[in-house]
Amino acid sequence: MNTAIATAPAPGSLAAYTPSMAISRYAAEYQTIAPALPGQNLPWLQALRATALAQFSAQGFPSPREEEWRYTNVSGIEKKLFAPSLDLTGTDVDAEWLKSYKLEDAWVLVLVNGHFSAELSVLDGLPEAVTVMGMADALAKQPGTVEKYLGTAADQSEHSFIAFNTAWFTDGLFVHVPAKLVLDKPIQLLHIVTGSEAMATTRNIIIADDLVEVKLIETYVGKDSAYLTAAVTEVFVGLNADVTLYKLQSESEKAYHFGGSYIKQARDARFTHHNFAFGGLLARSDIHVDLDHASECELNGLYLGVKRQHIDNHTRINHLKPYAVSRELYKGVLDDRARGVFQGRVIVAEDAQKTDSQMNNRNLLLSDDAEADTKPQLEIYADDVKCAHGVTVGQLDEKSIFYLQSRCVDEETARNMLTFAFANEMVDKIKIKGLHDRVLEQVLARFPQEGVNKEWL
Amino acid sequence: MLSIKNLTVNVNDKQILKGINLEIKPGEIHAIMGPNGSGKSTLSHVLSGKGGYTVTGGSVTYQGKDLLEMAPEIRAREGVFLAFQYPVEIPGVSNIYLLKAALNSIRKHHGQSEVDAMDFLTLVKEKVRLLEMDEKFLYRAVNEGFSGGEKKRNEILQMAILEPRLCIMDETDSGLDIDALKIVSEGVNSLRSPERSFVMVTHYQRLLDYIKPDFVHVLAHGQIVKSGGAELALELEDKGYSWLEEAAA
Repeated sequence: MNTAIATAPAPGSLAAYTPSMAISRYAAEYQTIAPALPGQNLPWLQALRATALAQFSAQGFPSPREEEWRYTNVSGIEKKLFAPSLDLTGTDVDAEWLKSYKLEDAWVLVLVNGHFSAELSVLDGLPEAVTVMGMADALAKQPGTVEKYLGTAADQSEHSFIAFNTAWFTDGLFVHVPAKLVLDKPIQLLHIVTGSEAMATTRNIIIADDLVEVKLIETYVGKDSAYLTAAVTEVFVGLNADVTLYKLQSESEKAYHFGGSYIKQARDARFTHHNFAFGGLLARSDIHVDLDHASECELNGLYLGVKRQHIDNHTRINHLKPYAVSRELYKGVLDDRARGVFQGRVIVAEDAQKTDSQMNNRNLLLSDDAEADTKPQLEIYADDVKCAHGVTVGQLDEKSIFYLQSRCVDEETARNMLTFAFANEMVDKIKIKGLHDRVLEQVLARFPQEGVNKEWL
Repeated sequence: MLSIKNLTVNVNDKQILKGINLEIKPGEIHAIMGPNGSGKSTLSHVLSGKGGYTVTGGSVTYQGKDLLEMAPEIRAREGVFLAFQYPVEIPGVSNIYLLKAALNSIRKHHGQSEVDAMDFLTLVKEKVRLLEMDEKFLYRAVNEGFSGGEKKRNEILQMAILEPRLCIMDETDSGLDIDALKIVSEGVNSLRSPERSFVMVTHYQRLLDYIKPDFVHVLAHGQIVKSGGAELALELEDKGYSWLEEAAA
């Protein structure tokens, strides 16, 4: 293997890059797709992409040798060599299939194979003051705004998936809600992949100005085939704004998924994240939150692994200023030979006095071959803080099973009830009914439902 | 109703019950008393089918059937109810869900159709009032975050709705203050009937002030060392267990 380290070319000099230096076959393919990527006329973006490409080319995809990737091996992506779609030409979307994922009573933005489709999106009645468009359109129409935000919440030196996304993104979504606006319906970002061996690399920016209240739902689905999703979403929560972001990852069972959500919260801002990681052969989510003075974040997660799924969730909460509050609860249910990974880091800066942080990760293993790797980390540089964390990995509690049996419930049903109840705690947190019902359906579909009577829920 | 003959039980190869004999007729209340470690809880667990106990000898016949052959849920459906000393918290399963699942399991076991939703709600609300509980408890997760008294009341609520034939009450008075004890006792007394029998396992005589037993048995070192009427409990309150333990040893 050629392990030469490429040096970053001068900004704007994409052409100066020599593919032969690459340790990743993707880098070698880059020149063939680069001219079709949006933002060709924007020097700042070309420079950003060039730096990102150089970084990715030098490192390739993250390797288990990196501490933050030690449990997750993505070498399958390199072996497959997924190919991006450069436009929507020839893409046929099964309308009925798509409909099953579109939420009613929501504004829906649809990305197909990495490209925004205005035709499939539903934006009727969206207040005019709200800007919603594809990222390629935003780069053409509002390049100044995009430049101000792109890459400022997601640090591409973090790991090479972010760099990969920066260099490769073909499109994405741009949402800007101006100050003081409260949206009464959620905005769904529906990301679909229809092609086999395809790759969808999207970059999203969500800006909620001061005092805004908005709920968003990222949905990731795909046709039953092997493909790669590599999405990065940057979220900016203004002063005293309140943003709730749901992520429903239901990729096909052969798919690879990388999804990074990077959130910057201003003073007194509130952010709630609900991460439902159900799909994919190998799926990794990063959620990084930067907390300003007295801001609050709540990170909830539920990962369900069956067969040979590998589901990795990686969160980082940066308490940068005093009086911020963070609450985190991630739960995993792992069956068959599935493997779940939770890495949660909370970093409390020296200046972040009076920080109040709680992190919890609980795992339920349903088979002897399932595995959970969990690693909570607290790094505290301030001296007057309240931080707690807890982790459990275990099987169903035999005392609980016997209690239910003593209440006439047979053992198998008791196990199903307890498994379902464990997961349902997270589903119950969903405040949007249409989404709640869909997520519930998926939880029930993944685990034996015998004895769990939906009508009683 | 229940006939226990020469029952011997091991836990991890150690003999805990050393030949228990007990006859319980319909409508009777039997109190099983004894010091810690005497085997009281083992007896109630073995009757309800909890795992971890090996029956090495003897028999238990319940309504003419071999109780020990039945899975715990079958015993429950046949009308054996264990009120736990430490009711288990089940996060994510609401009280009302469990009650309905349990009641319907019993009905199905007896070849009956599922309970009508309205009838069920009426029944449950009536019993909730009887036990002076808040209706909100029904929609909370089973025992989760309940106080000791609330958990015990919840056990009696389940009992009142499932209408068992044989109620085994394991240290029901432990962790109860005097007000909760009164409410729980009234709940139990209201369930007394000529067809329903009770086995009350208790360390203290206090509960028996409120629920008057027909028979009192003293368990020591895995054997019933003395049986008598309600007055035996008072004697134990006075003299403690040591005189009987010594007799058994």
